[in-house]
Amino acid sequence: MDVGHWLEGLGQSNPVALAAIRVVLLVLPILVLVPGLIWLERRLLSWMQDRIGPNRTGTVTFPSNFPLKFLAGKKVRTFGLLQPIADGVKLFLKEDVTPSAIDKLVYFLAPFLALFPAFALGATLPWASTGFMPFTSIPGPYSLLTPVANVEIGILYVLAISSLGAYGLVLAGYASNNKYSLMGGIRASAQLISYELGMGVSLACVALATGSLKMPDMVMQQEAALWGVAEHIQNWFVFTPWGLVSAIVFLICLVAETNRAPFDLPEAENELIAGYHTEYSSMKFAVFFMGEYAAMFLLSGVFAAVFLGGYNLVPVRWEHLADTYPAMAGFYGAMAKLNYWLGPLWFLGKCAGGVAFFIWLRATLPRLRYDQLMSLGWKTLLPLAVANFIVVALYIVFTSLYGPAGGWGAWGGATLVLVLLYLNIAAATRKGPLASPPRRIALVDGTEAPASLREREQVKT
Amino acid sequence: MLGRGIFQAVFGEFLPILLLMLVAAVVAGAMVTLSWVLGPKKDTPYKSSTYECGVTPVGNAIERFPIKFYLVAILFVLFDIEVVFLWSWITVFKGATIQYQVFSGVAVGIYLVLWIIGDAYVIKVGALEWDEEPQVAPEKLLPTPVEAPTIAAGSHS
Repeated sequence: MDVGHWLEGLGQSNPVALAAIRVVLLVLPILVLVPGLIWLERRLLSWMQDRIGPNRTGTVTFPSNFPLKFLAGKKVRTFGLLQPIADGVKLFLKEDVTPSAIDKLVYFLAPFLALFPAFALGATLPWASTGFMPFTSIPGPYSLLTPVANVEIGILYVLAISSLGAYGLVLAGYASNNKYSLMGGIRASAQLISYELGMGVSLACVALATGSLKMPDMVMQQEAALWGVAEHIQNWFVFTPWGLVSAIVFLICLVAETNRAPFDLPEAENELIAGYHTEYSSMKFAVFFMGEYAAMFLLSGVFAAVFLGGYNLVPVRWEHLADTYPAMAGFYGAMAKLNYWLGPLWFLGKCAGGVAFFIWLRATLPRLRYDQLMSLGWKTLLPLAVANFIVVALYIVFTSLYGPAGGWGAWGGATLVLVLLYLNIAAATRKGPLASPPRRIALVDGTEAPASLREREQVKT
Repeated sequence: MLGRGIFQAVFGEFLPILLLMLVAAVVAGAMVTLSWVLGPKKDTPYKSSTYECGVTPVGNAIERFPIKFYLVAILFVLFDIEVVFLWSWITVFKGATIQYQVFSGVAVGIYLVLWIIGDAYVIKVGALEWDEEPQVAPEKLLPTPVEAPTIAAGSHS
């Protein structure tokens, strides 16, 4: 490939230019796609709630004497795709209302800190195959374009940068000098740090099983045979038992980290006006949402790369199939090439699917109560993730001691022990209904209330 | 052009990340400042007052807040540091020899058991209880018995 050779030459002669190309290839799609995601959310929510949603903006009717003949008198629809862009232009031109009681520096710094990590998040995320081209042993052009930097810390970088977003929210709440904003900011910080633990441990399980923190390595290990047995199917981690547990924990933590419903307590509009961005207006207000959508998109990408096989369309090992069945080699080879060359498209599709899942959650689930949020994070997800971590470690030790059968035996035994332990703990700590004495009800003249009224009152408490 | 200049020497393979952070900072900074530059500015005392649903704000908002949030932050620091210690072990565990795997597996197992005991203790002492149950002084939280208004005998008949 000419592009491949040119990139290789560029990487040797001018690494900064190559790095700039990588950065542009990461940042530009995000900038273009964020308005699209806002449109997607509004349209999907409308569809789920039996409304129409934005579908008019950008519909152009050309006059019948329009110079371009094929457009004359025609109506061109964009299905409201230009609505978020119109909103953006409007927000840029709106007055930036700045309250007088704020902490000036922090107030301006906070939206910046909310948006910055969302863009910097994807540095170690591979959006296309970094391995060899199909049926060759030459690294393809994608390996030079992605990820932005294939550093050893890989997934730790994602964890570090995604938790920086908490600063934006808590500082916005603090600087606004508004009670509701402050409550929103404090809630955001408590929520983000609580769920970051579960997120970190669930990713640690995957890193333990792959033995590497690099995300390209994680995706490549998912291209191996399923459970080391099924030769033709890829070992996407969501198909392995421990990976499924990790994936569920990580997905729930993801929703909480991006402040999406049902975990959107920091901006719960029926209790806190708008939470931490109550005092923000014009584009500074929208910047929080941009950060949220960009983080949602990129973290969906992380989920896809770590658990869903990254840039592979379906969990089928086409190259292996082509080697096993030479009669069908043409078809399987074509599929392998399709899978490789359109990798960015499949990856984009998985990210969009993740965002659609977030929107679906928002349309379906009611908001949690604060104590439910905290107990879900600390009492359920965190112990589950740690138990999963121990199970993965046991699986690896027993695999190297007694082979795959030993590994799965250890996995099954450990899971059984942990489930029994959990059931015992749950039975021991279960609380009965709240024991409060029945209220004494007296009628106006001092006599005791009739039994029927008292019973009703007890049922209520 | 910097080429293989001092930046490459200092940052090595982290150079693209630095570049990405620069771009992210420029984009985010532009978003925040552009509306400040482009938008009109007509300040009035009412517009620039704190918005609390139309009610005149009372006092300063940056004040005391519930201690429970602080407790959660402290717990996070403790537990997160414990996870951070694991990361270095995670990277070497899978490729290590069997002897090392068994030895370090037992060591980390003990470490994680301590971790679990810590988490169980935190849950048991109720550090993560957010609902206001009458635990401290139940008698204070019970509704005070209201005296039924005494009505002079015969007045209602």
